[in-house]
Amino acid sequence: MGIQNIRCLPARRSSDTPAVGPHTVFALVQPFLGDTHAALTGRGAKHIPAAFPFGAEGTTLWLQAVASEFNVPAALFASGTAAPRARAEKAVAAASQTLSGKSIFFFPDSQLELPLARFLTRECGMTAIEVGTPFLHRDLLAPELALLAHGPTISEGQDVDKQLTRARAARADLTVCDLGLADPLEVEGLATKWAIELVFTPVHFYEQAGDLAALFAKPLRRRALLAPLAPHLAGRRLTLHRPRPFILVQISRGLGQSPRILGAGCQP
Amino acid sequence: MKLTLWTCEGPPHVGAMRVATAMRGLHYVLHAPQGDTYADLLFTMIERRDHRPPVTYTTFQACDLGGDTATLFKTACQDAVTRFQPQALIVGASCTAELIQDNPGGLAESMNLGIPVIPLDLPSYQRKEGFGTDETVLQITRHLAKPTPKTQAITANLISPTALGFRHRDDIVELTRLLADMAIAINVTAPMGTTPSDIARLGAAHFNVLMYPEHAESAARWLESSFQQPYTKTVPIGVGATRDFLAEVSKITGLPARSNTSRLRLPWWTRSVDSTYLIGKRVFIFGDGTHVAAAARIARDEMGFAVAGLGCFNREMARGVRQLANDYGVAPLITDDYLDVEAALAPELILGTQMERHIGKRLGIPCAVISAPVHVQDFPARYSPQMGYEGANVIFDTWVHPLVIGLEEHLLHMFRDDFEFHDEAGASHHGAMHKPKESNAEAAPAAAVEVGSMPGETAPLIEETNVIWLSDAEHELRKIPFFARGKARQFAQDKGLTRISIETRYEAKAHYAR
Repeated sequence: MGIQNIRCLPARRSSDTPAVGPHTVFALVQPFLGDTHAALTGRGAKHIPAAFPFGAEGTTLWLQAVASEFNVPAALFASGTAAPRARAEKAVAAASQTLSGKSIFFFPDSQLELPLARFLTRECGMTAIEVGTPFLHRDLLAPELALLAHGPTISEGQDVDKQLTRARAARADLTVCDLGLADPLEVEGLATKWAIELVFTPVHFYEQAGDLAALFAKPLRRRALLAPLAPHLAGRRLTLHRPRPFILVQISRGLGQSPRILGAGCQP
Repeated sequence: MKLTLWTCEGPPHVGAMRVATAMRGLHYVLHAPQGDTYADLLFTMIERRDHRPPVTYTTFQACDLGGDTATLFKTACQDAVTRFQPQALIVGASCTAELIQDNPGGLAESMNLGIPVIPLDLPSYQRKEGFGTDETVLQITRHLAKPTPKTQAITANLISPTALGFRHRDDIVELTRLLADMAIAINVTAPMGTTPSDIARLGAAHFNVLMYPEHAESAARWLESSFQQPYTKTVPIGVGATRDFLAEVSKITGLPARSNTSRLRLPWWTRSVDSTYLIGKRVFIFGDGTHVAAAARIARDEMGFAVAGLGCFNREMARGVRQLANDYGVAPLITDDYLDVEAALAPELILGTQMERHIGKRLGIPCAVISAPVHVQDFPARYSPQMGYEGANVIFDTWVHPLVIGLEEHLLHMFRDDFEFHDEAGASHHGAMHKPKESNAEAAPAAAVEVGSMPGETAPLIEETNVIWLSDAEHELRKIPFFARGKARQFAQDKGLTRISIETRYEAKAHYAR
C-alpha cells in the first residue's frame, strides 16, 4: 500500500525501541492495551481507532482504518488485500462448517472476548449467548461494540459463581473459559475452549484467520470423535427446545466491581 | 533367512522355548550346535527370570558332525529326564541341527522314556518364532489334553500367554478379574504357569479365551473341534474391545455381561482438556498383528489420534492387517525388516516394538512400545497389563508420556524464535537433546526490525528435485510440522508451480484448512 516507516512496539530488541511523539500515528492489535494507548497518546501520538485484526473482516477493517489514515487509494487497497482476504475467507469457511449454528458462552478471561465474539458471530455463523470480559475499555472497543449484533449479554468483571450458574443454564455448544473451569465443565457435558490458548497462538490477520476459527472448531470435532466411548459425557442437552436465557447486566468500569444483574428471563 | 542387525522374530525353536519356559514340569531337548545356548539370555536377562529355561541343548561341535550325532541326542534326552524328571518332553532341532536330519522326534520316541514325548517339526528356514509358539502349543495340547467332563460352574481356559510376551503376566491377572466379575472361574491358563497334567484338564472348561491369536489359534481351533469349546475372537485390549469381549463372553455363556468400571479412567482422561493436544496427532503403528489391530482402534476411537500408517512383522497376520489398513484408509506395511519400517516413518508418534523405539529415539520421534519384541524395560516391576480396563489406563499413560504436554507444546510453538525454545531445542523432558542457540545467532528474517524489510524472494534456500523453496517461505515452513510440508509441495505441483514462495505456502494453508 506504499505506507513507509512502520515499526512494531515492543521491538524485538530493547535497543530498537522506536521513538514515539506527536508525529506518530498508531493502531493497536490487541484490545488489552489500554495503558499503552494512554501512554502513547500522552506523548502526543495519534490513535487510529479500528476493529481488531481478527478474522477476514476484522483484518480488512483494521487495514482499512490504517489505509484511510495514510490516504491509500481505494484501488491499491483492494488489489493489495484481495488475495489474502480470499484465502482467509476460504480457510474460515472450512472451520465454519463445524461452527455454524452453534452457540457460544464466554467467561471473562483474556479481554479478547468482544472481538472474538464479533468474529465468530459475523464470520463463522455462531450465536453468542454471553460475552464476559474482565475489563471493557469502551473507547478502544467502540468499533467492536458497533459491529456486535444485539442479543448476547455483555458482562464486565468477574463473579465466577454467578457466571457458572448462567453458563449451566445456557448450556452453550461451546464455553470459553480458563483452565480452572474447563475440566469441571467438560465433565458436566459442556464443550470448552481454554481462553489462554487464544493468547498463546498466532491468530491475527488474514493468514491466521483460519487457525483462529479452527481453535474453536477443534473441541467440537474432538467431542464428536470421542462421543461413542463415553456417551455419558456427550452432553445432557435439551435437544427439542432450548430456551434462550437473557440477563440484563449493568456494565461497570473498574476491575474490582462485579456486574450488577438487573434482571433475567428466558426467550422461548 | 537373512542376517541382519535386529530381527522382530527369532527362528521357530525360540517360539518353542517360549512355551517350554512358560510352563512347569515340561522339558525341551533341543538338538543344537554349540552357541545356540545364547537364547537363554532372552529369558534370564531380558525377562529377568530367576531360573534357566528348561532346555537341554545337545551342543554338538564341528568335530561331532563326522561321528554319531544321533547318539549324542539320545544321551542328552536320557540325561535330561534323569536330571530334571519332567512330566513330559518336547524334542526338536534348531536351524543348524535341522540340516543333519537326525529326526529327534523318532529317536526320542524309540527310547521308551516313560513320559509323553512330543516331537516338534519346526521348519527353521521357512517359518519363524510366532509359528514356533503356535505349533508347540498345538502339539502339546494334541498330545496331552484328554476328554474330560465339563466343570459344573462355567469356567474358561486362558490360552496363549507365553514367556517373553508383551505384558502376558499381567494380562492374565486382569482377564481373571474381568471374568470373575461375570462369575466365570479360570480352569487352566496355558502355557504360562501350567504343567503337562494341567493341560490334560483343558477339556473341562466351557470355552477358551484366545488371548494372543498368533501364539495359539491352532490349538484353540483344535480344542473347538475336539472338545466343543468355542473360543473368543475379540482381543480385549482397549475400552471398546473390552466391552466387545464381555459381550462375546456373554453370548457364549449366556451370562449377563457385568463388569466393574469404577477403576476405568481412559475415557475421561482423553476427554479432559489437556488431551485436546492428542486430537489429530499422526501415529504410525507397527508390531505383531494382534497388538497393532488393538492399538489402531484405541488410537483412532479412544485417543483421537489420526492413524497415519500401520503394519505388522508376522506374515501369519498379514491378511488381517491388510484388511485393517484398508478400513483405516492407509497403506499396510508387512515386513520383518526394520529398515523398511524406518523408511516409512514420518509421524508425530510411533507405536511400535523395541526396534521402532530405537529408530524413534535416533530420529527424535516420540515412541511408545505396544508389542513384542521388547527389551528389558518393558518387563516392568509394577502391575502393568494391556488388557481390560486397567490395561486401557496403562495404555493411556504409556502413549501420552513420550509426547510433549499440551501447554508446553504451545510454549515451544510461541517461542520458537527464542534462544531457549528454538526448533532444534526439543522438548524439555528430553533433557539431553536440549541445546541453547548461540546468542549471537541471526534473528529470524520475519523478526527483522523494519516490518516490510523481509528478504526478497530471490534467494533460494532449499532446492529439491523439482521445486525451489524461497527463503521467506522456508522460514514460514518452520512453523508447521514436517509432514505438512509435503502438502505445500503437493499443492505447488498440482498448480504447476516450480517455486514455493510464502504466498504459495499461505495458499496451501488455506486450501487444507478445516
